[in-house]
Amino acid sequence: MKRVGPFLLERRLVPSPLVVLGVSLLAILAAMGAMAIIFFAYGVDPLRAYVMIARGTLGSRFGVMQMLRRAIPLLLCGVGLVLAFRSKFWNIGAEGQLLAGAVAASGVALFSGLPDPLLLPTMFGAGFLAGAVWGMIPALLKVKLQVNDVISTLMMNYIMIYIVAWLIHGPWKGPTMRGFAYTDTFPRAAWLPLIPRSMVHWPTLVIGVAAALLMTLLLSRTRLGYELRVAGESPDAARYAGIDFLKVSLVVMLLSGGLAGLAGVGEVAGIHHKLLGPLHISSGYGYTAIIVAWLARGSPLAAIITSLLFGFIFAAGDVIRVTLQIPFQVVGVFSGLVLSFLIGIELLMYWRVRLLPKGER
Amino acid sequence: MAGTNGENLAHTPATTPPMLLMQDIVKSFPGVLANDHVTFEVRAGEVHALLGEHGAGKTTLMNILYGLCRPDSGRIFIRGKEAHIRSPRDAIALGIGMVHQHFKLVYPHTVAENVALGLAGTPFFGPARVVERGLTELSQRYNLPVDPKAKVWQLSAGEQQRVEILKALYRGAEILILDEPTSVLTPQETLELFKVLERMKEEGHAVIFITHKLQEVMEVADRVTVMRQGKVVGTLPVSETDKASLARMMVGREVVFRIAKGECRPGEESLIVEDLHALNDRALPALRGVSLTVCRGEILGIAGVAGNGQRELVEVLTGLRRAQRGKVWILGQELPNRSPRRIAEAGVAHIPEERIRMGIVPGMSVEDNLILKKHHRPPFCRGPFLQLREVRRFAQRGVEEYKIMTPSPRTSAKLLSGGNIQKLILARELSGEPGLVIAAHPTYGLDVGATELIRQLLIRQRDAGVGVLLVSEDLEEIITLSDRIAVIFGGEIMGVVPAAVATREEIGLMMAGERRRVPNP
Repeated sequence: MKRVGPFLLERRLVPSPLVVLGVSLLAILAAMGAMAIIFFAYGVDPLRAYVMIARGTLGSRFGVMQMLRRAIPLLLCGVGLVLAFRSKFWNIGAEGQLLAGAVAASGVALFSGLPDPLLLPTMFGAGFLAGAVWGMIPALLKVKLQVNDVISTLMMNYIMIYIVAWLIHGPWKGPTMRGFAYTDTFPRAAWLPLIPRSMVHWPTLVIGVAAALLMTLLLSRTRLGYELRVAGESPDAARYAGIDFLKVSLVVMLLSGGLAGLAGVGEVAGIHHKLLGPLHISSGYGYTAIIVAWLARGSPLAAIITSLLFGFIFAAGDVIRVTLQIPFQVVGVFSGLVLSFLIGIELLMYWRVRLLPKGER
Repeated sequence: MAGTNGENLAHTPATTPPMLLMQDIVKSFPGVLANDHVTFEVRAGEVHALLGEHGAGKTTLMNILYGLCRPDSGRIFIRGKEAHIRSPRDAIALGIGMVHQHFKLVYPHTVAENVALGLAGTPFFGPARVVERGLTELSQRYNLPVDPKAKVWQLSAGEQQRVEILKALYRGAEILILDEPTSVLTPQETLELFKVLERMKEEGHAVIFITHKLQEVMEVADRVTVMRQGKVVGTLPVSETDKASLARMMVGREVVFRIAKGECRPGEESLIVEDLHALNDRALPALRGVSLTVCRGEILGIAGVAGNGQRELVEVLTGLRRAQRGKVWILGQELPNRSPRRIAEAGVAHIPEERIRMGIVPGMSVEDNLILKKHHRPPFCRGPFLQLREVRRFAQRGVEEYKIMTPSPRTSAKLLSGGNIQKLILARELSGEPGLVIAAHPTYGLDVGATELIRQLLIRQRDAGVGVLLVSEDLEEIITLSDRIAVIFGGEIMGVVPAAVATREEIGLMMAGERRRVPNP
């Protein structure tokens, strides 16, 4: 127990889910409070801004669909990252893995010449594999050569970003695109079906939710999930128990990278129908998914909720840009604020704060 | 802290006040009352033992005195004057010195530099030079020989302890707190330390000696204060008490010192080690040709001062460290440098030294922890899937059989007490009938109850025909449990003696590096 001013702090070892939820909400509210200052600085009444955002997102069918559309890649990447983070593999490379998936899917769509019904399944398969390979390289480097996973996964992003840029400016540049740096448009059979009057490519959404469910089962019910949890919680105990780090890391990054790769397939096959500039394909989903996974606190199911939350923030960004005429980069500021407050407030989960009774103050 | 300041206490103003009085100290941590209205008094010129089991509140009380944590309530008087100790700096200024169980020394620096560190009034350049002179004088006066220019990493544990004591004396400590000072010493070094304590008594210092070893209290202390579960059970002169009644005070019930042990009937060899060589983490030779055998139905104890290759030996035998050279047969199979899983599957149970870091996964449930190492095999795992019902049934049985005190099998293992964590590890390791048990410091830091239970479990394994290799720094434990004792020094076995004829002196000499002259039995 500790006294700070009129407060009494008491440590708790295991915060209850309710406390975690409450404290997380508190952090988001605090971030919104800080965001109000930025609105104010742009000369927008913060209250009006929040009303507009609410109306433009949750308040309309269009807004809800925009949220869902943004949530899809966040969910797929987020679930994969949850898995990686549970094994203490710090995969910062979902962005690159997503792009790898997009490249592979584009390659299949444009150049494979497969019969129409096989096209989409093959694109998903190839996208998964490409993301997986891009994720497994850092895993191999970490286990075999002790290369820091944060650095290597992060750097792999840049490599993939430039590969995409090279492809669209060079060998894959579309002859029908009149000089723009795109590939040609995919054949119709390579387009994902959408929920009518929206940009929600629902097959990818279904895959995302299924992945969240399957990964929950994997973690709690399988040998692999068990070994992954042991390796993440205590590397020494894992060594003691004879758990093969190489195998666990490779499988974790196969799944984590693969799921991010699927997100890339969804973006090119569902929305753009061509390979284009890396920033246009992903708008930083792979990085935002880190926050999505962090907030989900190790639960793939919780990633469904947190990816919707960030889908909302992205959709709110569109409102900010279009309706309030504030640069959309402000969205990045807001995600950053949310993350900072969440990490900062973490301490609160482990301390019970009470006001001292009057007499003792 | 309650309001009154500075004035003298109302108690016995006629006699001289004691050197130290801690009055009504209360300190709570989440879920435990570590000090429950503790009153503790030490006089000048005495060695005062603070006796209690692990978790009795001794260290907390001393941390309060040294300013490392602050009491919730209670007052401290030094030579009759109330003191407000907010940090170790305050404590040092009041003449209090503390030698921690784990030394707080800067290893690449010299002895003098370590003493000069943080000392007020030393020059910016070459502070150690000023200290050296005083240090030589002090070490002569107290018979604490140490070279002020030696680098600390080159010193033995006993010498490092001397540096810590000198550090405190140099800062003018009149009250010296020694936290479990003998745990890193050989029996001979312990005797030397006791002589130093005598000398300090003569000089009028007050020495507080924290320990849980009764023998040492009887040997060195003038008075003893016994603590149990955060409370003081009593303070009394050592001359008016004996080991048995101290033990009773400490534990709260009768304690058996000798564990009933049947006759040893050794069977075939369960472990044969021949000329084993291995490196330590710094790539220096740690094992230099170790050879030994453990038979089924016997306990072979490895005695030795910490850091003489015990850890490396255990790690090589359990597959956690590679041997450079040498042969290992476990239960009839030749298993040099195999994976930990392969060795576990051959029938080896391993009770690791670092039970929280290695023995359990703290964030996972008791249930999950109980199947560690066996999680990949039937009945707990079929194909890729865990058999949760089997896991639960096994955990239920383990918790009952080994009396693991846990709110539920789903509770996270980090919330258990040390004793219950160790019971969990034993429940896991001893299930599935191992042929060889390798136990490293199995009772280190446990209370008497858990210690007794764990020792009995090891003896039960031996009686059931399992070979047990016991590594411990607690000589008492080695002598109590072992059938034969091997002493390790500098990565070599100095000799093997049957426990029945072993004397502490003989073992002590071997622990200090003297080879046994008689051929091994």
